[in-house]
Amino acid sequence: MELLNHLVLGLQTAATLANLFYCFVGVFLGTAVGVLPGLGPTATIAMLLPVTFVLPPVTALIMLAGIYYGSQYGGSTTSILVNLPGEAASVVTTLDGYQMAKQGRAGPALAASAIGSFFAGTVATFLIAGFGPPLAAVALKFGPAEFFSLMVLGLVASVVLAQGSLLHAIGMVVLGLLLGLIGTDVNSGTQRFSFGIYELADGIGFVTVAMGMFGLGEIIRNLENEEERAVMITKITGLWPTREDFKRMVAPILRGTIIGSALGILPGSGSILGSFAAYSIEKKVSKNRAQFGKGAIEGVAAPESANNAGAQTSFIPLLTLGIPSNPVSALMVGAMIIHGIQPGPSVINEQPALFWGMIVSMWIGNLFLVILNYPLIGMWVRMIMIPYQHLYPGILVFCGIGVFSLKNTEFDVYLMALFGALGYLFSKLGCEPAPMLLAFILGPLMEEYLRRAMLLSRGNPWVFVQRPISATLLGLAVLAMCSVLIPAFSKTREEVFVEGSG
Amino acid sequence: MIRNAKDFWTGLIYVFFGSSAILIGREYGMGTAIKMGPAYFPTILGGLLVGIGAISVIRSFIIPGTPIAAFAFKGLTLVTVSALVFGFLVRGAGLAVALPLLVIISAYASTRFRWHPTLLLAAGLTVFCALVFLKGLGIPLPVIGPWFGG
Repeated sequence: MELLNHLVLGLQTAATLANLFYCFVGVFLGTAVGVLPGLGPTATIAMLLPVTFVLPPVTALIMLAGIYYGSQYGGSTTSILVNLPGEAASVVTTLDGYQMAKQGRAGPALAASAIGSFFAGTVATFLIAGFGPPLAAVALKFGPAEFFSLMVLGLVASVVLAQGSLLHAIGMVVLGLLLGLIGTDVNSGTQRFSFGIYELADGIGFVTVAMGMFGLGEIIRNLENEEERAVMITKITGLWPTREDFKRMVAPILRGTIIGSALGILPGSGSILGSFAAYSIEKKVSKNRAQFGKGAIEGVAAPESANNAGAQTSFIPLLTLGIPSNPVSALMVGAMIIHGIQPGPSVINEQPALFWGMIVSMWIGNLFLVILNYPLIGMWVRMIMIPYQHLYPGILVFCGIGVFSLKNTEFDVYLMALFGALGYLFSKLGCEPAPMLLAFILGPLMEEYLRRAMLLSRGNPWVFVQRPISATLLGLAVLAMCSVLIPAFSKTREEVFVEGSG
Repeated sequence: MIRNAKDFWTGLIYVFFGSSAILIGREYGMGTAIKMGPAYFPTILGGLLVGIGAISVIRSFIIPGTPIAAFAFKGLTLVTVSALVFGFLVRGAGLAVALPLLVIISAYASTRFRWHPTLLLAAGLTVFCALVFLKGLGIPLPVIGPWFGG
């Protein structure tokens, strides 16, 4: 009954005309971003953040969330129709989706993706609504030691799920934490690592780092090999799946939703991992496993449900604990702070309209996506054909103006350029920027919790293992770290990323 | 002999950042474990980073790895420079100068660069941004800057 009241409150918030409009704008932009290869959700959200400052906080967050799950959806459309995954999470969809399209069954493939995503989105919405409050209630009992350990776990998980060398991923995390400390120390007022530069007194803005590393860095990377994007568009005939298709879709959608929801909560690249895991599990258990890779509808339905479920459940740690689990939710944390909301377990009680409004808006957004995708398919396909050489100068323009407008200073534009070059350099050296951005945002928080925990324990560092919840969290972090060393897991980890980057 | 160039250079970068953090941090108060000063956490992190960097450098002599792929210097330079030029000009010269330059310099990095569409793109984006960001969202930037009497 309480849940119902909450959802009604959420509906009242989300269904205002302005919020519906911005939810629509969010999923629309998100789909566009998902369709366009070379422009990811992280860079887009960073670019649009300054625009959302003029909106009320709920509206801004609804729109930003819409961009994120919209991009997951848009990526699958192009995977199926033209074999181009716009997003990493939809890479596996190309395997069977594009085969179906080649056989003239693009319609059923798109329908499987839409139905799967909508179902998964609905389930994930209820999961957030159901698990959010109890989780937040537990988290309210957390002391500084628990929060510190929780952040350690989050960072370790992002390291484990990162691509490439484990050692370098840890290095990137530590580097990110250090960069996050630049600026005025809240306790002593000392200006740290600011080199006497006035603009650095407030620290480096996370949007600046994100735009540099994910926006500029990505552009430089894409300019390396501008292969001709020969797009062969298949005719879409027969939009509706047959009765047989429906029957074959049910189980994969259910399994995909479960796997995706569970993996989405994990910090790191939850929705990517979810779609890969769902596909490989489906390939093992399906009756039609022989058809996989040759256009099996199960191979579309399962990963599509999983990535959408994962995209949404990744909001659980963000909304209940205030801990971001991927670069996108890290940006949302930043957005909340800018809007004067301290993300954490108290958000549910102090800002119920914001919390429930956002959750209900996700469901509405999913509905928009289904409605949006069918009639507009032609437009999305035409969008893929925008040549990259005309696209990226535009991205740069939006990054430049956006980053300037944050504090009205050109210094941030210079910093963005620096981080762009740095991001490119690190990617050349095989270091992923995602764990770094996460650590960058968590750095000051972690220091604060460490200080408080040590103050309360009178300088006893064992406090982190003496308190049961904190010890459990640290134990999980150690387990996660060790799992990489187990040959079987590390082999799977490599395989996933080899497929993923292919 | 360096067997893994990626490990070697990444390691050096980590050692550089880590040791800088420790050295610069010496100017700030260390404090105690109970009452941590501003240098405490950065020093721990710096130490960790130096350690990770050192392992990486040592490893680069033992375990072979893939070589670093060629840098796209043209893209790297032009994209970075275009952003710097934009930042340098936007307040003084105005959006109508800084934005087209950003577009043209960065577009020049593409192997498929052609003047005609690039100029059109620059003009279109300038008008769009002047209307949406400057007029619409009220970002305090001049279209024609004070250097040109705007």
